[in-house]
Amino acid sequence: MGQIKLEMVHYSLYYGNFCALRDISIQIPARQVTAIIGPSGCGKSSFLRTFNRMNDLISNARVEGRVFLDGQDIWEMDVVELRRRVGMVFQKPNPFPKSIFDNVAYGPRAHGLRDRSRLEEIVEQSLRRAALWDEVKDDLNKSALTLSGGQQQRLCIARALAVEPEVILMDEPASALDPIATLRIEALIRELRENYTIVIVTHNMQQAARVSDYTAFFFTDESRTGMLIEYGETKQIFTSPRDRRTEDYITGRFG
Amino acid sequence: MKGKKSEAFWAGRVIEGILLLDALLAIVVIFLIGLLILIEAWPAFRKIGFVPFLLGKEWRPGKELYGLLPMIVGSILVTLGAVTLGVPIGVALATFLAEVAPPWVQKVVRPAIELLAGIPSVVYGLFGLAVLVPLVRQIPVPGNSGFGLLSASVVLAVMILPTVANISEDAIRSVAREYREGSLALGATHWQTIIGVVLPAARSGIVAAVILGIGRALGETMAMIMVIGNSVIIPKPLNSNPLTIFLSQARTLTGNIAVEISYATGLHENALFATGVVLFILIMLVNSMAHLAMRRRS
Ligand SMILES: Nc1ncnc2c1ncn2[C@@H]1O[C@H](COP(=O)(O)OP(=O)(O)O)[C@@H](O)[C@H]1O
Ligand SMILES: [Mg+2]
Repeated sequence: MGQIKLEMVHYSLYYGNFCALRDISIQIPARQVTAIIGPSGCGKSSFLRTFNRMNDLISNARVEGRVFLDGQDIWEMDVVELRRRVGMVFQKPNPFPKSIFDNVAYGPRAHGLRDRSRLEEIVEQSLRRAALWDEVKDDLNKSALTLSGGQQQRLCIARALAVEPEVILMDEPASALDPIATLRIEALIRELRENYTIVIVTHNMQQAARVSDYTAFFFTDESRTGMLIEYGETKQIFTSPRDRRTEDYITGRFG
Repeated sequence: MKGKKSEAFWAGRVIEGILLLDALLAIVVIFLIGLLILIEAWPAFRKIGFVPFLLGKEWRPGKELYGLLPMIVGSILVTLGAVTLGVPIGVALATFLAEVAPPWVQKVVRPAIELLAGIPSVVYGLFGLAVLVPLVRQIPVPGNSGFGLLSASVVLAVMILPTVANISEDAIRSVAREYREGSLALGATHWQTIIGVVLPAARSGIVAAVILGIGRALGETMAMIMVIGNSVIIPKPLNSNPLTIFLSQARTLTGNIAVEISYATGLHENALFATGVVLFILIMLVNSMAHLAMRRRS
């Protein structure tokens, strides 16, 4: 599997008394794409939002177990530093109601960068990496909200890249987009894989098969508690799943 | 089955009709008030002339001089003072309540603000008279009586605080969670998120809050009469420091009417109604600006 970037050890997540994730242990490899699949409500978003401690914002959320980034416990790290290293792209494109430039420059500015020419460099580089530069280079001062949905999502990816994260978490990043925009995002994910560790939640089986190296299948029983059922190389999960439920889910969706 | 359906249908139509009638009634009442004031004011506009009435510097009913400029300037200055003091505090309070305060603090502070909104104007005036005026009188500037724009601005700032704080808080709360999370996920701190994303996104709502506050400030009467001094003068700085203009006495448009209407007759009375027309138009302008700001938000 190579170098391990993220690791969960006997991790459980509760919202009040409700157990949303139970006893998850998983190792996520560096510079690979890991897909998280499973039916809706099985805790995929909750799982993803653990790695940048977004669940900390929910007042009644409580955790058990430990989570590591490069072997370091994420709850012993400074949360600002953690989120700089672990970026996130949301399900619905959420550019700020600001100019394209200010959107991408937002993160670096928040971390104290004021130098205008350095900011310009970062903005250009990030937009290029997000495959958006050619479309917006003449309109950097236009409001980000004038962009199409697919462009907005690539802008959000550029915005995340601008703080030079090591990990990018993506929560169904293409679910609100049309098929062509979706393909562009998928191509982008394959490219970003060279330099970043990517964890992507998707409800789209073909997408998981297309973009990921590893796949984790989450499932839930009547208790509605999410569990990690099976985890392995994407090829293996899709061709010879070991667990009956994985097979049912994959074939059910394909059939 | 079919009969039931049409019964519900007609009930709906009747309720719709009543509501529509209500709305029409409100419009008709406003229109009638405006019209009646205008009719009473008309002789003043005709005999004095629009421009001399609005820009005249002298208001001396005994000499048949009716220039409204001192009151217009007075109203604008006291409103400006109130906004300068009240808006930052109101927005800060709203930010605190929406973003920072733990629930139990909210449970104490929010009713307190509502209480503030329920206190009668004349009680604010008493507070100003008993506390602020003596305090302001301590400022050692010749000609400072304690009564004047500063005392009035402070009273007014407290009075518009509930309006500004409540509406701003709504605006801040309704900022989409996605913006907030987007900012935090980039490693911005809570405060950077508030200043960088939340307040800018709530801007038009906050602007609406401020404009409604201005409308409230322009209309305030009783408390103003009690602390502003009511001299018919265009406020000027008391010494070389331009800020001492706020130690000057003044009179507001509302105060002008309230102070004199009980004994005014003839043209004098018409001129007071004309003052009302000016006030009416001013407040309508301010309110439609607030509506525009709100509309842009959605
Ligand atoms: N803030 C919350 N408070 C309480 N329950 C929540 C909260 N967020 C999610 N849940 C519950 O946790 C479970 C998992 O949700 P989620 O992680 O969003 O699943 P998925 O992304 O797989 O659809 C669901 O049953 C959901 O209702
Ligand atoms: Mg989800």
